[in-house]
Amino acid sequence: MREFINLTLGGVITGAVYAAFALALVLIWRSTRIVNFAQGAMGALTTFIALSLIESGQSYWVGLVVALLAGLVLGAVIERLVIRPVEGGPELNAVIVTLGLFIAIQALISVLFGVNQRAFVAPFSTIGFTVGDSNLALSPNTLFTLGAVLLVMAGLVALFRFTRVGLAMRASAFGQEVARLLGVRVGRMLTLGWALAAVVGSLAGMLIAAEVTFVAPTFMDSLIVFGFVAAVLGGLDSPIGAVVGGLLLGLALSYVRGYFSDTLTGMAALVILVVVLLVRPGGLFSTTQTRRA
Amino acid sequence: MTRSSRRLVSFVAAATVATTLAACGGGDSGGGGGGGGGSEENEASDVGITEDTIKLGAHYPLTGVAAPGYSEIPTGVQAYFDFVNANGGVNGRQIEFTYRDDAYNPTNTSQIVNQLVLEDEVFAIMGGLGTPTHNAVTDFLNSEGVPDLFVASGSRLWDDPEEKPYTFGWQPDYEIEGKIIGQYVAENFPDAKVGLFLQGDDFGEDGAAGARQFLEDQIVEEQTYVPGNTDVRPQISALQAAGADLVLGFNVPSYTALSQLTALQLGYDPQWFYSNVGSDPALVGALLARFSEGQVSDASLLDGVLTTEYIPGVDTPDNPWTQLWQRAWEESGQEGELTNFRAYGMSQAYTMVQALQSAGQNPTRDDLVAAVEQAGSEWEGPGFAPFRYSEDKHAGYSGMLVSRITGTTAEDLTPVLVTDNGDAEIEELDREATTPPESGVPDEEPIN
Amino acid sequence: MSDLQTPASSPTAGAATSDAPSTATAASNASSAQAAGGRTFLPRNTLLRHLLVLVLCAVGAVVLLETTDLGFNAQVGYVAFYAIAAGGLTVLTGLNGQISLGHGALMAVGAYTTALLLDAEEPLPLVVVFLAAVALTSLVGAIVGVAAARLHGPYLAGATLALAVGLPGLALYYRSFLGGEQGLTVSSPDRPEWFTDVIRSLSGGSPSGVKWIAYISVACLLITYFLLANLMRSRVGRTWRAVRDQEVAAELAGIDLGRWRVLAFVVSAAAAGLAGAVLALVVRLTAPTGFTIVLSLSLLTAIVIGGLGSLLGALIGAALLVFLPRVLRDAGESLDMDAAQAAEISYVVYGVILVLVMLFAPAGLVGSIRLAWMKQRARRAAGGTTR
Repeated sequence: MREFINLTLGGVITGAVYAAFALALVLIWRSTRIVNFAQGAMGALTTFIALSLIESGQSYWVGLVVALLAGLVLGAVIERLVIRPVEGGPELNAVIVTLGLFIAIQALISVLFGVNQRAFVAPFSTIGFTVGDSNLALSPNTLFTLGAVLLVMAGLVALFRFTRVGLAMRASAFGQEVARLLGVRVGRMLTLGWALAAVVGSLAGMLIAAEVTFVAPTFMDSLIVFGFVAAVLGGLDSPIGAVVGGLLLGLALSYVRGYFSDTLTGMAALVILVVVLLVRPGGLFSTTQTRRA
Repeated sequence: MTRSSRRLVSFVAAATVATTLAACGGGDSGGGGGGGGGSEENEASDVGITEDTIKLGAHYPLTGVAAPGYSEIPTGVQAYFDFVNANGGVNGRQIEFTYRDDAYNPTNTSQIVNQLVLEDEVFAIMGGLGTPTHNAVTDFLNSEGVPDLFVASGSRLWDDPEEKPYTFGWQPDYEIEGKIIGQYVAENFPDAKVGLFLQGDDFGEDGAAGARQFLEDQIVEEQTYVPGNTDVRPQISALQAAGADLVLGFNVPSYTALSQLTALQLGYDPQWFYSNVGSDPALVGALLARFSEGQVSDASLLDGVLTTEYIPGVDTPDNPWTQLWQRAWEESGQEGELTNFRAYGMSQAYTMVQALQSAGQNPTRDDLVAAVEQAGSEWEGPGFAPFRYSEDKHAGYSGMLVSRITGTTAEDLTPVLVTDNGDAEIEELDREATTPPESGVPDEEPIN
Repeated sequence: MSDLQTPASSPTAGAATSDAPSTATAASNASSAQAAGGRTFLPRNTLLRHLLVLVLCAVGAVVLLETTDLGFNAQVGYVAFYAIAAGGLTVLTGLNGQISLGHGALMAVGAYTTALLLDAEEPLPLVVVFLAAVALTSLVGAIVGVAAARLHGPYLAGATLALAVGLPGLALYYRSFLGGEQGLTVSSPDRPEWFTDVIRSLSGGSPSGVKWIAYISVACLLITYFLLANLMRSRVGRTWRAVRDQEVAAELAGIDLGRWRVLAFVVSAAAAGLAGAVLALVVRLTAPTGFTIVLSLSLLTAIVIGGLGSLLGALIGAALLVFLPRVLRDAGESLDMDAAQAAEISYVVYGVILVLVMLFAPAGLVGSIRLAWMKQRARRAAGGTTR
């Protein structure tokens, strides 16, 4: 029973981590209709910047703020420099650009910070709460992670649903011409979308780093796959979907690891995704019918 | 390649000094070592050997998921070869060491080893790292007749003289390590409920098989992780749920740190016993040290953890071998500290120099293989136990000792224990601890 | 760009109202336009023309392999398996518009089949082994294709990405059968007598195992590209383009979209299976670490960088995958970096090059050159200087 509870709690935490990553993907998808494969590497870069500050004696919170700001700048710069020219072009070109960025940024992290693993100390205690004579796989820091993810999700929902900027961002992504005619400054909205997504990605990097504990330049790699799967599971358009997809995936994979085998993790993710997509080709929370022609 | 050629000028200058010194010192070096004082002339006796150079090649993961730690090994190898070159090289030949990145992907490994053999025309491959990666190239190297020495993996695949006459292991294989650990636990913790925490490959598998020879009745749970999945809560939870009070870990260092922190998180406190690969107290200690500043109250999480050792490392700074590595590392002028990965690389490089010396003044590739088979078991080097090399055995070190980690050092609990694969007995080694020669460079007699 | 679309060469494509074919589309269709209307010394009949090209390429390949050293021969095998898989992906992604991030996993199916069959006491002839690898991978491709036919864009990308990660895990789970992490070693097939004789009479030397494998790889590559080229120029290829560009119109014309999408998946899976079989021979090992997500993404990179929809582009892209990192690394080493720095820097530069190609040659290398050539021709035609 205790094992089941711990697997469940562990799954929720891992799920929250997937969700954090998925949220950043959803944000970019909503604002530019591009799947950003460089998301993981960008988040890793800002996390390493923060980690260097923390190692030099600054507090976690200073590191966090710097990481988020670095993300903001990085996202905006990347959108203006290399994404803008391929926006609206063939879908695959944007994919290859983000893949190129992924390779380059990840290698850049190795050049700047070395390939070795470093310890990333979480802002709150990672010791599980004690119940009776044993600890739960739930600690103050995991509560912080969960809370941060839910907060970001709520923020994104509010942004897209209740603000003019959010509406303008959605309009820019769906129909640039129409949006332009309606007076939306499309270029700015796209840059803003990438910048915000990179901020969320940086936050995800910081949360993930605290959960995986030891970070190397490749620490986000497995997250890219499972975060993407989580986002697709929920329906790429929906922040709520990203979080639900992340939690579902995290729980399912935790049970598979605990009760079957670690080696089946990838296979389990595949089965879950295929089953869900066969029933709902646009993901769990898809709202719009696939546009045709 | 680049590094060595760039420094060639200074090496030659230094070599001259060294030779002069050796001559003044009475010239007690035999035909093999020192400044190349044999009676014959140096010849280009085989591919990769010229009158004044020997070319060696290797593959390592310098980028990607396996790069942390392992990418330091070649810098250690390079540092020791630099040291030997500065002291006159091997038979007057400078060692040129070319290593390339395979990102731990067998496809890349086969590609770069093809290149090393067919284009760079190395004399031998040494210290190729990783089981799946190196497994891709043994067939090629053996069919081309290229010596494939001292593979950096404890898999048993390298000990197959029939099929792979050119391939040799180096470190104690995971099975004999499992046996030594298993026997120690069975004798000293006869009532313990043993859990296994295994990496999901030959490392975990062979280690577990060795341990099971002694612990079959005591093992209550076996958990496997796949490298890359950084969440080990499910595995640690399962070990905890099964009531294991002694956990044997056949895992890499980062998973030692990870399993420690996860256990702490779950309030699980068994006796831990990590295999040599995963213990590295300096590295794991450094990873965990930052946590001790924070919420982890116990200053040294690793205190009291059991492990095994087969070569001296940075946790024993007074060991004469470690001091030699320290000296070579400082003289090489590369960035960073001496680490256990680098000490491992230097130990391998030391064995390689022994092999080259034993192979004679103008060796062929087959001479090198014959030298390891005939003389290898007699070499005295940093290893606590002798090698098992012979014409029908290509396995590396024959044993290790069990130790307990205290702080950043380790205290020996047993004498050096030696054994062999299968049901061979485990015996105490009857040999004095070895010390490096004064010059820091081995001096082996040629076999012919 | 729409004026560059193939004129009504097929009834289905003719039914399409060509409103906005992408640049890459135009580039991929361009060669048929050229074949239809341009001056050419090649025969008009597609099959004959392709046969002629095949023979020329075969002769060229023999010359190439016999005039270069063994080191280069060895590299050719790597180009071949990347190119075969990329050729298959060209059909799927370039012609039919379906993205796949999972072709590395399909290659694994072909590679493991080959490794297992060659490991037998009395191995079957190599051709049979290869056909079995192709057949099994096609079957897996059909299953994946049925699921994939319902999915679009990123959803398909996500599903195939999960395939790329999930499938190699099976080799770890069934480790007694599939070898686990350390993989299955592939026994090199014996070289037949006649091959030794032929090579001896060609170049005088006696051939090594490396050369034999290089010839097998190149033969597989040429056969695959010959078959794919014919398929792409046939009614099947035109239908795939219609399914890609004009879903609704194609459906109105009576095309069952799902069936054609599955077929595209099967064809590209067959190529991936053969590529896997060649990989098994060339690398001499099949292990999960050889079929990571990186492999799938590299294939996609190859076809887009080379020029989407063009087999020549896929081949050039594959060659870049093999030679570019190496050239960059050697350049780094010659700048006095150590191997680790050179490897890292080479990846930085490699990534930047991918980005730059997409920015300055959005139709890929082949596509962009072709577009530039056509523009020039159009200009000349407008000026009344042609014909």
